[in-house]
Amino acid sequence: MKDTKIKPKNRRLKSKIPEKQARLIAFIMVLPVFFILSYKVTSYLAGKSVSAQQFVDLQQGEQIHAGFRRAHAKGICVTGTFESSGALNGYSTAMVFDEGSYPIVGRFSTAGSNPTAPDLASPVRSLAFVMSGGVDGSQNAEWRIAMNTPPVMAVGTPGDFYAQLQALSPDPVTKERDPAKIQAFFAQHPESKAFLDWRSRYVPADSFAGERYHSINAFYLVDEKKQKQAVRFQAVPLLDSSEIPSLDNENPDALQVQLEQIFNQYPIKFNLVFTLADSSDDENDPTIMWPSERRNISAGTLVINSLTSEEIGQCANLNFDPLVLPEGVAATADPILRARSAAYAESFRRRAMEVLLGKDEK
Amino acid sequence: MSEQKTIKYYPARSRLLHWSMAILIVSMLFVGLSMVQSLAVWQPVALSLHKSFGVLLLLMVLVRLLNKYLTPRPRLPKKMSSLQKRAANLSHIALYAAMILMPLSGWLMQSADGRAVNVFGLFTLPSLIEQNIKAYSIFREFHGYMAWLLIATISIHVLGALYHGLIRQDRVLASMLYSKKPKK
Repeated sequence: MKDTKIKPKNRRLKSKIPEKQARLIAFIMVLPVFFILSYKVTSYLAGKSVSAQQFVDLQQGEQIHAGFRRAHAKGICVTGTFESSGALNGYSTAMVFDEGSYPIVGRFSTAGSNPTAPDLASPVRSLAFVMSGGVDGSQNAEWRIAMNTPPVMAVGTPGDFYAQLQALSPDPVTKERDPAKIQAFFAQHPESKAFLDWRSRYVPADSFAGERYHSINAFYLVDEKKQKQAVRFQAVPLLDSSEIPSLDNENPDALQVQLEQIFNQYPIKFNLVFTLADSSDDENDPTIMWPSERRNISAGTLVINSLTSEEIGQCANLNFDPLVLPEGVAATADPILRARSAAYAESFRRRAMEVLLGKDEK
Repeated sequence: MSEQKTIKYYPARSRLLHWSMAILIVSMLFVGLSMVQSLAVWQPVALSLHKSFGVLLLLMVLVRLLNKYLTPRPRLPKKMSSLQKRAANLSHIALYAAMILMPLSGWLMQSADGRAVNVFGLFTLPSLIEQNIKAYSIFREFHGYMAWLLIATISIHVLGALYHGLIRQDRVLASMLYSKKPKK
């Protein structure tokens, strides 16, 4: 049949490759070429950057504890309320900044991927919680918060953080950390100065209830005119150190046991304090301490009114992704903050499947 | 559902729906597969756009189903065997199933993690189910594996289109490309 699509200038080609064959070749080549090109382009764009999977693999380590978080695996659930003073009302449209009482569900935890590790083995502790300003979920009012004891990071990018975790991880053969490797890492990262200064002065509090927890990353408070104010926030303990019973150092669950003891006698409360950044502060750099002259405003009080173990409590199945933010709060361009969602999602995906398949040890 | 009248080319609205959704869906697959691996600064933005466009695509597939019901379909070439025609129809059913199940599973996954789905900052979808980690896992895995199945189904679809266009040189590919027989 006569083909009407050949243009005159293709007659030169026609003698070399029969048109029918050319079409067949094109038919066979289109999809493979597309897939190979896509793969090459996306690999090139990704470069040497660490993926969420690699990151969580590193946190997970050699031993998988099925059903547990890959970081901060060991924890205890809490519920309570956020008694909002309304002081930040003018800075943000977030409903939790309207004066009132908002329920929270949260978790105290220690760092590490081993849920059976002794509480006192890790100096890094965390307070995470969820609060919601709206009555129903459709109001976009949920705020998930994950705070740690250090006020700053040693490094400012996910790639560097991965390298830091590698430097800190124990040698596979000796099972010990390598001080030379760690020292070399910090020498290569001068931005870790503030973190190292803090760490040299830091003494872990004697309890979860007596620790000060930090947002580390900065966020924006957004008002109704869409104006942004960069902030960091801290949970400052209101418990007097004299009120804290001593720790039983032999007990692997020392901190959790002590928390229960405290809870039976005293209210566990924290002041939720927001520090406002100045125009000279870089809200996207989590390695820098903000000067102490910065304005601090208390948004209200966190009141813990129940403790439950993870087996029965609600907090185990939550994902405290700090990028789940309500109207009135926005993420900065801090590279560490921006990486947390994907990393937490990967850990969550793995442990959720383990729970689904009944592999968890709970 | 639609009579096979003598229409030879799909009307403009059908072609617009087809190609706009094709571009969006392929983009969604690229973004989706990248964003679940990426720790880059743009990842949360990509995630948010992915969810918004997912909802848009769910709405578009409903519009498309309505359009399909109302629009007569160009007749397939007589030379096609009935087995081939059946395979073609099945592949289209598979594509429609994927176009519906992908956004639905995404929505269910978000609901199971207690997350509100905000659509382009304009409105929020209601939650479909209670927060439940096992339900989350089911829909998360479904959404992930279905994506690969969709890539395979699209590949078959594209191969079919290229087969009709390059090898058979019948009107099938043309019917979705043009409004009338192209000159030359």
